[in-house]
Parts: sequence; C-alpha cells; structure tokens
Amino acid sequence: MKSLTKKIVLGVTIAMFLVACGGGESNSNTTKSNDNSKQIIDPMNDKGIGPIISVDISGVIDVNMAIKGEEIFKGKCAACHKMDKRKIGPEMAGITAKRTPEWIMNMIMNPDQMVKENAQARELLMEYSAPMANQSLTESETRAILEYFRQYDNENLLTQK
Amino acid sequence: MKKINLIIGILGLSVLFVSCGGNSSNNSGALNSSAAEKVYVAPGELDEYYAFISGGFSGQLAVHGLPSGRLFKVIPVFSQDAEKAYGYNEETKPMLNTSFGFVPWGDAHHPDLSQTNGEIDGRWCFINENNTPRVARVDLTTFETVEIIELPNSAGNHSSPYVTDNTEYVVAGTRFGVPVPQKDMPIDEYKGNFKGALSFIKVDKETGGMNLEFQVMTPGFDYDKAHPGRGKSHGWMFFSTYNVEESNTLLEVNASQRDKDFIAAVNWKKAEEYLKSGKYTTMKTNYAHNVYDEHTQMATSTMKKEVKVINPAECPGVVYFLPMPKSPHGCDVDPSGEYIVGSGKLSANVTVHSFTNMMNAIENKKFDGEAYGIPIVSFEDALAGVVKQPGLGPLHTEFDGKGNAYTTFFISSEVVKWKLGTWEVLDRKPTYYSVGHLMIPGGNSQKPFGKYLVAMNKITKDRYIPTGPELCQSAQLYDISGDKMELLSDFPTVGEPHYAAACPTELIAPNSKKIYKLEDNHHPYATKSEAEAKVTRNGNEVHIYMTSIRSHFAPDNIEGVKVGDKVYFHVTNLEQDFDVPHGVSMIGANTSELLIMPGQTETFIWEPKQVGVWPFYCTDFCSALHQEMQGYIRVSPRSSSIKLSWSLDGE
Repeated sequence: MKSLTKKIVLGVTIAMFLVACGGGESNSNTTKSNDNSKQIIDPMNDKGIGPIISVDISGVIDVNMAIKGEEIFKGKCAACHKMDKRKIGPEMAGITAKRTPEWIMNMIMNPDQMVKENAQARELLMEYSAPMANQSLTESETRAILEYFRQYDNENLLTQK
Repeated sequence: MKKINLIIGILGLSVLFVSCGGNSSNNSGALNSSAAEKVYVAPGELDEYYAFISGGFSGQLAVHGLPSGRLFKVIPVFSQDAEKAYGYNEETKPMLNTSFGFVPWGDAHHPDLSQTNGEIDGRWCFINENNTPRVARVDLTTFETVEIIELPNSAGNHSSPYVTDNTEYVVAGTRFGVPVPQKDMPIDEYKGNFKGALSFIKVDKETGGMNLEFQVMTPGFDYDKAHPGRGKSHGWMFFSTYNVEESNTLLEVNASQRDKDFIAAVNWKKAEEYLKSGKYTTMKTNYAHNVYDEHTQMATSTMKKEVKVINPAECPGVVYFLPMPKSPHGCDVDPSGEYIVGSGKLSANVTVHSFTNMMNAIENKKFDGEAYGIPIVSFEDALAGVVKQPGLGPLHTEFDGKGNAYTTFFISSEVVKWKLGTWEVLDRKPTYYSVGHLMIPGGNSQKPFGKYLVAMNKITKDRYIPTGPELCQSAQLYDISGDKMELLSDFPTVGEPHYAAACPTELIAPNSKKIYKLEDNHHPYATKSEAEAKVTRNGNEVHIYMTSIRSHFAPDNIEGVKVGDKVYFHVTNLEQDFDVPHGVSMIGANTSELLIMPGQTETFIWEPKQVGVWPFYCTDFCSALHQEMQGYIRVSPRSSSIKLSWSLDGE
C-alpha cells in the first residue's frame, strides 16, 4: 500500500512535469501517464509512445515497399540489429508477432522517450544495456521497414509451416 | 511521517517544474534592478543573442551567448585544433594551405555577419587573418569554416572583412605597405615605391562563395580599419589610414609627424564601372583559395594566378582622401550612412565627417591638393562635427539605432556615449581595463539591436583569480537600454577579442543543422553501412573503411598490418541522431583524434612503427557503454606474410 501511494504521487508529479515543460507532443500525453503507472499491458495492445497512432496493415504485403525497407534497414539499423540473431540489440525475426505495428514504428521514430516511459521498451533497455539509437527516419521510411519485417516474418512463418 | 515528507517534497518539486516554463523575464520585486538578474540565464533557458567573438592570436572564433557570456563553441578557423581535428585530419588540412605552404596558425581579427538590405541575416560570419592575409567564411548552419581566401599583394590584413549592405563585398585593406609585386629592394626606399592594396572580395548571393574581384592599388600607407557605407552611402567603403608619412622605421615616432592622416573613401560601384569598361590591368600573382565541400566533406585548395588591379590615379572618382586627425584607428559609419566617425588615437577629439558634405565637396572640387594623383577633400568642407575631449585614446565606435554613438577610449579606459548631430557627451562608464573594441549586436549595420554593449578589454589584471603571468582576455557586458549605461558582468574570452558580431538567437538557431544525412554523404571513403566496412591494401598503403555507432566500431579487430605501412582510418559515424558524435584515436598516431559528427566521414593517418597489438578507442563519451567502444590492430614485422583480415564479433 505504502509503495503504491508513492508510485501514484510520483506518476502524478511526472505527469505535471510533462504538462508544464514537455511542449510539443500533446497527442501522446494520456498514453504517457498510463505507461508510467507501470500497468502490465498485453504487448499486442501496446501502441507505444510517439507520432504513430494507428497503422493499417490489413492489405497484402507491398513488395516494393518491403524492398525499400530492407535497404534502409541495412544502412541505418544493421549496425546494431540482425534479423536472425541478437547483435547489440535483439533479433528482428518474429517481431511482428510480438509487437503492434504502432509500437514498432514508435520505437524506431521515438526511441528516447520509449526507453524512458514505455514499460516494454524500458525492459528491453535493462536487458540489452545499449539504448536504441534514434536514426532520424521519416514516417514513410519507418513504414517501409515495418513492411520489410512483415514480409520477413511472413516468409519465415510459411517456411516453418 | 516519512511518507508525508516525501509527498510534500515531491509536490514542492512539481511546483518548481510548473514554473520552469520561461516567464522569469516578467519577474518583479526587490531584485528587479539587479545586474545579476539581467545576466542570469536559468538552467535550461536560452540566451537572447549569439555573439561571435574574435579569438585573436588563437586564430579562432568563439561563440558566446548573451547576456550570460557563456562560451558554447570555439570554431577553428585559421589555426589547427586538436580537439576537433581541424587542420589535422585529411579533410580539412587543405583549409590552411597558403602561397607560403601549410600554415598551422593565424591571427584572427574581426568577425562580421552577412547582411541583407543593411540588416544582419544570420547566414555567414566572415573573419580576417592579419599575419598571412586571408579572409574566412563560417557557415552558420554548421558553425564550420567552409572557405578561406588568401589576399595577394597584401601584408597584415587588418582593415577587413566589413560586410556591405547586401553582402556584395567583404574587403581586405593591407596594414603594411609592401613592394607590389614583391621584390628584393632596400627597405629605406619605401617612400613612393611601396603600395597599399585594397582588395574587394565578391560574395555569391546564393552560396556565399568568395572571389577576389579586384584590387585598388593605393599609396603605401597603413590601412587600419574599414566600414562600408550604409543606406545613402551604400556603394562606398571607408578605410582609415596611418603612416601617410610612409616611414619604414620607428613608426611610433615617425608615423605620428603629420597633424592629419586620411580616411580613404573608395567608391566601389565606380570601380565596377571601370572594370566593366576594361580599365584595369591583370597582374600575375599567386594565392590560395580553399573551399570545404559539405557533400564530399573534403576541402580543396586551388592556387589562383591572377588579379585585376585598378590604379586610382588613372581612374578618377574611385578614391578620395578625407583628412582625419592624428593616426585614426576606428572608422565607423552610423546606421543612416551619413556620418563617418574617425578616432585619431593621439587626438583629444572624435572627428565626424558627413557623407553629404563629402559629396558636395567632391562635386564642387573643394580639394586640398592630392596625394599620388588622388584628390584630398578639404577637411573643413567634409566635416560634420567634433565630439570635444570625450576621453583619451579613442578607438572604435558602434551605434544603438536611437541616434547615439558609443566610443571606446583605450588610454582613459572607458566607454563614452554621445549623441550624433549634437556631438554632446551623454554618459561615460569605466572599463576594466584598457578597452579596445566594443560591439552592440547589429551595431555596425543599419539596424542595431540596442540593448547590450560588449566592451573587449586588453588587460584584465586583478579582475579574475590569477593564472600565472598569462591571464585570460576579457569582455564586459553593459545594459544600454536606458539613458545611462550599466555594467552587468565580466566574462573571459579566448585570445585577444579584437572585435565581435552578434545578433538575435532566432536569426540563427532555427537553421542550425543537427546532423549530416548519411544519404548526402558523398565522401569518397564513406562507409554507409557495417556491411560495407572493409580493409584494403595497395602496396604499403592500407585503407580502413570503418563505421562507428553506439557503441562499437566495425571492424574492431584488424590483422595483417605491418610496420612501415601507411594506414588510413576513414571513419564514418553511422548515427543519425542529434548530439551523438563519436571520436577515434590510435596509440602511436602522430596526429590528433578525430571527432566525427553523425553522418560524417573523417580520416587520419597512422604509420605504425612498432610490432605488437595496439588498441584504438572512441574519445567522445557516446553512451553508457562508451568505455567498451574499442578495438585492436595487430602490427606484424615488415617481412610478415600474415594476410589482411578484419572482423567484428568474429564475423
């Protein structure tokens, strides 16, 4: 009980701090305070914190977009991530089955805030020590990487079957 | 109880956070008038002005904030800088090339900011070098030196750079008369034989690129300071001179013989007409033009071989001499362009000429003879007024845009405020000590921001805790928003602060670059992904194509390097986030570290002399695992047959 009170007060304080000084990204304020209460959220319901509110992945995989995404991944991400095994950060294979598309894109575009304020991202930082680098990718570049991940997982799931 | 304290504490903190939004300038109360409050920029808050303060004999340019005086960056310009690898890495070494070869040091003097319509536009900062005559351009999106042009036929480039209303030109008047072209001749045949070259460097409107457009070859006087005409006098450039006696020895006495020296008024628009009509000579010469290309991230040095020269005796209307008492130093034009203020170092008065009077005198041929074919305008006819006995040893004048002028007095160590037109002294404040230049943000343009004045002092003596015989240089900040000046603070500067230029933060900050985009990196040795990292050999030349990202190098294990090899480290920082530079240094390399910004590639050379396994590491703290950012190179004997190999984590 004691510790719960502390946490609530702390959460409220940080929320006030964010309201007072955070500026800019007002669209994610409510998400922020939710994350800080450290509620356990089902990863597949966690959209993370950042500019991406929703991503439509109902269509078939866009092959051209995936090719572009693979190129960007090799240039901007591969220094720390491999698809099939852990390097500096975790392997990417299977990520689309573990995280929402919004969370993936927010983690790429807004990693500094994610590792501080999103419970799942923070846990990853604890495990891997090196913080996720912000590579200043645009939304369309990030979306292309997501498409590459979808294609990769799709193909590998098919071969496993 | 403990818990309650904690809660109260946290609530207290949160109140503090709520109030941190930046309303402190509206505070009132007992502290309202305190100088401390006026210069206090609270943690996390930003300064109102950028100030670019000359690094003097350090050769560099310092970036301070006002009103805090905090030092943000020392931009290397004319001297090597081991911190930033400027002049050490292969990319920037050509920036310091001259007609005398590689010169690792320079004497930086006067920063001046680019202007549009007579107002500071925040695009570039120009600064001159006195010893090996040069002018540099600093790009204010990157805060890097991107161009340096050498001045031929010049020696001691002091009256420079001084930007015209639309940055058409920056100028470079020679401080020392010299034979032109240089030749072996007796020194005491100076008089009548030495020349004074006034260089006009044209600036490209779009790119800022500099080109030595022409030189006006005037008599061998010492050209000291300059100021472009503003508004109505736009198209003219005014240079102060001393040693019109043309003495070549003990100038302290011999150059102070005449009652008056000159302000040389140069009509550069007229000079352009003569250029167009072909009335110039093309002189063979040799000077360096060094340009840093942001896309290849490399500097190149080109030797230029010709300059167009205008002889004022043969081109009437280009140059007139305005008599000015007693070895004038400062030569400053007010924001309206009407008044030309001359400060005779040995004069008791500050003398002011009128542009309108000068033009009338020229039209009506009111001349007092000529010097080497150049008309001397009658002193009385050009004169606007005199500020009588305002202090001792007047040097420089700036303006507040409200009709007031501020002049520094070196000998009496003070700043004096006086009124343009009535010439009455309004206020005076001491400086600590021996003030040289002064600067009001925008104070040499048509639109001064007349809130602060920075006095730059030659002597600091007891103003700071002593640091042995060599002391820091110093600036002092005054509030000039009221009728009376108020001294607010002292702050130290790097090298002798010869001059400074400043402008509101918002003119520069929004354009400040955060990273270099990897896709725009066209460096010939760039490595744009870890997959492309490699090591190649060509004879005894080894090229390492290395990448860095938090927090590892790729590759980080290299074998097959031999004693006697020349090893090039070409390191690309793969980061694309703001404020994540990586450094790299190699034990036994006879050069500086590299400090590589995100998206940038830099190169240094290491010539291993000893067999062994030698480490390299990242020098700039980059993440929690910065200490882990390291690697090894195995160096084998010259005769070894070990093949070149490289890896990261065994791959």
